[in-house]
Order: sequence, then C-alpha cells, then structure tokens
Amino acid sequence: MTLSMVKIAADTAETAEKSGSLPQQDLSTFPGQIFWLLVTFGIMYLIMSRVFLPKLSGMIEERRDRIADDYDQAAELKRQAEEAEVAYNQSLADAKAKASSIAAETRADLDKEIATMSAKNDEQLASQVASAETRINDMKNAAAAKVQEAAVDTTRALVEALIDEMPTAEATKAAISQN
Amino acid sequence: MEMEAAKMIGAGIAALPLAAAGIGLGLIFSSFLTGAFRNPSAAAANRGTMFLAFALTEFTGLLGFVLAMIILGQ
Amino acid sequence: MADLLNVIITNLLGLAKQNPIGLKAADPMEQFEIVRIFPVGNTPFDFSNASLSMVMVVVVSCIFMFLATRKVSMVPGRMQAVGETLHGFVSDMLREMAGNDGLRFFPYIFTLFLFIFVANLLGLLPTLPSIPKMFHVFTPTSHLAVTLSLAMITISIVLIYGLYKNGFKFFKLFLPGGVPLWLAPLIVPIEIVSFLSRPLSLAIRLFANMFAGHLILKLFAGFVVSLIAAGGLMSGLAILPILGNVAIYLLEILVAFLQAYIFSVLSCMYLGDALHPDH
Repeated sequence: MTLSMVKIAADTAETAEKSGSLPQQDLSTFPGQIFWLLVTFGIMYLIMSRVFLPKLSGMIEERRDRIADDYDQAAELKRQAEEAEVAYNQSLADAKAKASSIAAETRADLDKEIATMSAKNDEQLASQVASAETRINDMKNAAAAKVQEAAVDTTRALVEALIDEMPTAEATKAAISQN
Repeated sequence: MEMEAAKMIGAGIAALPLAAAGIGLGLIFSSFLTGAFRNPSAAAANRGTMFLAFALTEFTGLLGFVLAMIILGQ
Repeated sequence: MADLLNVIITNLLGLAKQNPIGLKAADPMEQFEIVRIFPVGNTPFDFSNASLSMVMVVVVSCIFMFLATRKVSMVPGRMQAVGETLHGFVSDMLREMAGNDGLRFFPYIFTLFLFIFVANLLGLLPTLPSIPKMFHVFTPTSHLAVTLSLAMITISIVLIYGLYKNGFKFFKLFLPGGVPLWLAPLIVPIEIVSFLSRPLSLAIRLFANMFAGHLILKLFAGFVVSLIAAGGLMSGLAILPILGNVAIYLLEILVAFLQAYIFSVLSCMYLGDALHPDH
C-alpha cells in the first residue's frame, strides 16, 4: 500500500521532472511578478493607510478615550458619593448631638420650671393658709365681740325690765367683763 | 539514466534535514507543553515565542526540501 | 503475501499509466506555472496569472476592510469586530516587537500581514475543472520572486530608515552592547552575515511552506485519482488519501495564518532593530 503510493509519487515526480525545471526557477517570469507585486502591494498600502485604517484607528481611539473618560467620570462620581457620605455621617452625628443637647436643655428647663412652679404654689398656699387663719381669727374675734354685744344688750334689756332703768352700755359692759 | 538515478539519490539525501527538523520541532513543542503544564497561566504569554521558534526551526527542514526539489527539477 | 503485494503494485502501476476510464490527475507542478494573460507594451512586465491573483488579493482585502469599516460605531458590528481584532492583533505584535515608536510602521505591517494571509488563503481554494489555465487558482506567495521582493521591501525600510534616523550609530547593530572589544573581529562578521541572511530566510520560509503544502495537497489528490482509476479493491482504498488530504488542508489553513504571522513578526523585529540598533 505505502509502497505503491511511493511508486506513484515517484511517477508523478518523474512527469514533473519531464516538464522541465521548477516554475519558480524561471527567471524570465521574475520581472513581471516583481513589477506587479510592487504595483498591487503599493496600491493596497495606499488604500489601507489612507482609507480604511484611519477609520478603524479613529474609532478604536475614540472608544479608548470614551472609556477613559467614563472611568474618570465614574471615579469623580465615586469621590463625590464618598464626600456626600462623609458629610451625611457628619451631619447625622451633629444632629444626634444637637438632639441630645436639646433634650438635656429641655429637661433642665422643665425641671427649673417645675421647681419654680411648685415654689410659687407653696408660697401661694402658705399665704392663703395665713390669710385664712387671720380671717378665722377675725371672725372669731368678731363673733366674740358680737356675743359680748348681745350679752350687753340682753343684760340692759333684763335690767330695764327688772328695775325699769336702763344702764348705760359702758356700765353694762364693764359689769359683764368683771364677771 | 545514471544521471537520473544520481539525481534521485541526491534529492533523497538533500531531504534528510527534514528528519532533524522534525526532531527539533518535537523538542520545541515538548518543552513548551512541559512548561505549559507546569505553569498554565504563563502559557499564553509564551505562545508567540513558541511559534517563532517553530518557524525558525522549520526553516532548516524547508531548506532541505527546497534543495531536493531544485535537484529534482534540474 | 509478498506475491499478492507485487501483483497489486504491478496492476496498479499498469492501470495508472494507461488509465482505462480516462481519469487524469493534474500534474502537481502545474499549479505553480506562470501563464501570460497579456503583455504590457514592450516591457518584460507581463500581466500573468500571478499578477491576476495578486490583484484578487488586493480586491478581497479591500472588500473585507470595506465591510469592516462600512459603518463604524462605538459598539462594533460583526465585521467591524473582526477588523478591530485584526487591528489589535497587528498593533500588539508591533508594539511588543518594536516598541511604541514602532507604531509608525503600523500601516505597512498591517498591509503586509493582510496581503500574505489573504494570498495564502486564496491559494487554498480549489480550481474549477476545465477552465482556462490562466484562471486556475494560483498562490503568489509560493513563488520566490514574490516572497523575496516582500522581504527586500522590509529590509530596505530597515536599512533606509535605520540609517536616516540613527546615522552611523546604526552600525552598532553589528556589535551588540556588552561584547568585549577583542571579540569584535569574530562577532561583527557573524552579525553581518546574519543580517544579510535575514531577507533570504524570510523569503525562503514563506515560499517553501506554501510550495511544499500545495505540492503535498496535489500529490495526495493525484493518489486519489490513481487509486480510483485502478478500479476494484484499489478504488475503495482511495478514501485514505482523501482523508489525508482533508487533514493536510486543515493544516494548510493553520500554516497560511502562521506564515503570515511569522513573516510579520520577524519584519516587526527587524524594524525594531532599525529603531533601536543599540538595544
């Protein structure tokens, strides 16, 4: 099998050999090939470098710039967000401190107010109690005076009935007070 | 006819470097694969160098082939 | 066993030579022949099938790039993504090999890569049978004249640009830094020879790869025809070279890309030398 292939290959090589030397060795075709290579390669170079590659490079460049810009923007936004977070935390802490100070202040105010109010109340109550006591005393005195007056009047009336002579008020009074 | 036979023999001898080039290519690929299996993460970076070495080695064998063809074509 | 094999081989060879059913495989060397299409005046610059295939390479490349850049947008479409991948591939290669200031050669390297790649790929298309020979599929990069010219363009740019930019410092290229002076008589000739062999090795590598690949494809195709023509048991065996051909064809697509890549990478490297001869 392999041997037969080798034989055939040798055969084909023989026919190739009969057709002369290699086409690549034929120097008469060299000028034409080189000339047309230079022409086609030069045209292709001009077309590529003038038309197609600038388009492609421009777009790639633009995309790279855009991506870099977006990255920068994202970094800027991130920085801003971080700043905002710091500010937020700061203001939160401030607000908390403020709130607690306000609460303490309010509590102190209230305590003070309560104290003043209760003091005022006490004072008021005390004065009321005092005035009530003086009133009671007054009333007691007045009542005692009224009782004496009534006794004087009664005594005078009794005396008039008994002796038909009305003693003076002062004398009666004195007489009663002596008893 | 003796000339024909001499040409064939000469072409055959001229094609012998292909064997050495084959050994060389085997060495290149085996070394690359050994390295690649040991450190797969570095394999991709060295693939270009490997192909370069492949081309440079293959050139030796191809010179033999071209010589053989030129001798046959004379 | 040996007798059987002998009978088969003699049968096969006999049949293959006489070819009873009129099948005929093309000569494997026929695909490389240059046929004149029309002469250009009195000059030796004939327009041949090689020229036609190079024109086709330019046309196909331009169609591809036209589709890729037809409507460029921030969010790339399918063709634009392909174009940008190619653009990024070539520019990364250039930047890695020649540094950032190597990017001035970007259009040249891009054109070079695309030209070689498309030429290699177009050469892999099958030829329609029974069309005039001048329109057969032809691979321009399978000819030494073309690849050597491409390599010479690169080397000319290296020489001219290197001398223009660095003046006499360019010759530091032949004496790498850190080499003791007494070694110079040894190193300098070696470096000069290696510099002079660069275009030759570039050209022969591409040419020989394309030449060998296409030759093997056609040889295997020839086996298929010979086996089918042999008839009987041998016709069944024709499936083997067909499978082989499929595998080689896939390999050739890889080689088409790889050779374009290697030609461009080495060109980038040499251009990097022109930019920084004293690296």
